[in-house]
Amino acid sequence: MTEIKWKPTRDGYGDALLEMGAQDERIVVLGADLSDSTRALWFWKKYPERFFEFGIAEQNMLAAAAGLSLAGKIPWVSTYGVFVAGRAWDQIRTTICYSKVNVKIAGAHGGISVGPDGATHQALEDVATMRVLPHMTVIVPCDYWETKKAILWACKYVGPVYVRFGREPVPILTTPEEPFEMGKANLINDGTDVTIANNGPVLYECMKAVQMLKEKGVSVRLLNIHTVKPIDREAIAKAARETGGIVAVEEHQVIGGFGSAVAEAVVQTHPVPMRFIGIQDRFGASGTPEQLFEEFGLTAKHIVAAVEEVLKAKKA
Amino acid sequence: MVDQAEIERLKKVAKSIRCDIIWALAHAGSGHPGGSLSATDFCTALYFHTLKHDPGTCSWEGRDRVIFSKGHVSPLVFSLLAEAGYIDREELKTFRHFGSRLQGHPNCECPGIEVGTGSLGQGLSIGVGLALGLRLDRKPNRVYCIMGDGENQEGSTWEAIMSAGHFKLDNLCVILDNNGLQIDGWVEDVMGLQPIADKWRAFRWHTIEIDGHDMAQCVDALDLAQEVKGQPTVIIAKTVKGKGVSFMENRAEWHGKAPKPDEARQALQELACPAEYLDF
Repeated sequence: MTEIKWKPTRDGYGDALLEMGAQDERIVVLGADLSDSTRALWFWKKYPERFFEFGIAEQNMLAAAAGLSLAGKIPWVSTYGVFVAGRAWDQIRTTICYSKVNVKIAGAHGGISVGPDGATHQALEDVATMRVLPHMTVIVPCDYWETKKAILWACKYVGPVYVRFGREPVPILTTPEEPFEMGKANLINDGTDVTIANNGPVLYECMKAVQMLKEKGVSVRLLNIHTVKPIDREAIAKAARETGGIVAVEEHQVIGGFGSAVAEAVVQTHPVPMRFIGIQDRFGASGTPEQLFEEFGLTAKHIVAAVEEVLKAKKA
Repeated sequence: MVDQAEIERLKKVAKSIRCDIIWALAHAGSGHPGGSLSATDFCTALYFHTLKHDPGTCSWEGRDRVIFSKGHVSPLVFSLLAEAGYIDREELKTFRHFGSRLQGHPNCECPGIEVGTGSLGQGLSIGVGLALGLRLDRKPNRVYCIMGDGENQEGSTWEAIMSAGHFKLDNLCVILDNNGLQIDGWVEDVMGLQPIADKWRAFRWHTIEIDGHDMAQCVDALDLAQEVKGQPTVIIAKTVKGKGVSFMENRAEWHGKAPKPDEARQALQELACPAEYLDF
């Protein structure tokens, strides 16, 4: 691999808002005292009249975003995933999703890689609580470019969208030119023995796992699936049929999140053995992202082990 | 001051709305009479005196926006919309029935409804966002939010009250249906809110306290609210839950239960409704 550049996905959010802010007067941004760390600050500085500071009051901010949308605006709500997909869930459910209001939700600090802040601030359940809502679209981009493309797409789409991004710099693994199609998986590596279905910035660990498995003579198909809902059922069914086993990888609880969405597609199309890499029904902890990935089983080594289990199950 | 003829006209409309409420509930067999009847008079003043709207063109840009934060008063909401001409009065008979546009709590399927409501403590926040958006576009439209008093127990309501005061939203007006009752009993016993007006004032709101069943006071307060600059206005309307039906007045049990056919007949009789209402 050529030298990889690193950048936080939240920067993709900040840059996309600046770009869209210039193009479309209807874009407004709401913040809840976390504007710097969500990168909403960049928009605030450039377009102060279109930024609304709501203070530490997320429930109000979410339903107010619905009001702004009803007044013809395209509101982007920016705060940490835990405070939006948890605390303001009923506002998202009943006010935003029920009436299919055009509100865009940016869930920052997703996943365990938030690091030292610890369990209270690591969103590990947000994909599950958002995915369960009718009318909601859920996207977890893998890097800076994918985040930017997801935000640009969401600005044009009419309806509620949840986009999750992270705090820490992560490898830039896609390019500005690669297509971003909502609801469509991207094939990163083709293979025939097994499929790794990835969601989010753990993609880098998946790519390392693919390399390690290649050295062991295992041919791995690697799918990067940014859209959790609607899930790309077709690509998943095809992978199940053609490779006979799937490992789902996500930086989120394995209960109810991306892996569950993949499993729902698999069992209804072409049932095959599956394993789930993610947080195994635990709360997070303080530490460096590297320490936490090791402790919570999210490294390439763990993915390889899960793949080997699937291969064994295939033979059984 | 509004002339007496206007007041008499509005009183007649309110009487008809109350008949529609009981009639819709009788056909539905479930629903919320108490808060619908307590909010009838000021909502009549709002819809038939104050509001700029076009029932023929729901999406008319110049319309004022109404958010029923207390979405459970759907019998009142749909009766107002029928009286205004958004929907056909006959449709009230489908209220709460399978396949009807008139759901248990109002949603966007019904013309004249801006957004679905029903989970308390969210409507005012929607109103805050609407008011901010309209102000950003320098539009003259006003935003009205109908709230219950028990709803002031929701923490999110105070987030919304705080933000409206902070943002100085003088295009936003709340009418608070202060009937003093909620499902479990008197608001003061369940979780006391008094002094309610002082609380809103402390959050930078202009407060007007009225008798919510005195049509002249309702109209005057709504007129006055439009003149207030630099802060939002709350009209705290002292009302009687179940107003107009003797056996429902001030009784918490009538919060969310429909009258049985004989009770509905008695209610319609007390309200002096025309005989055609007795078709259930």
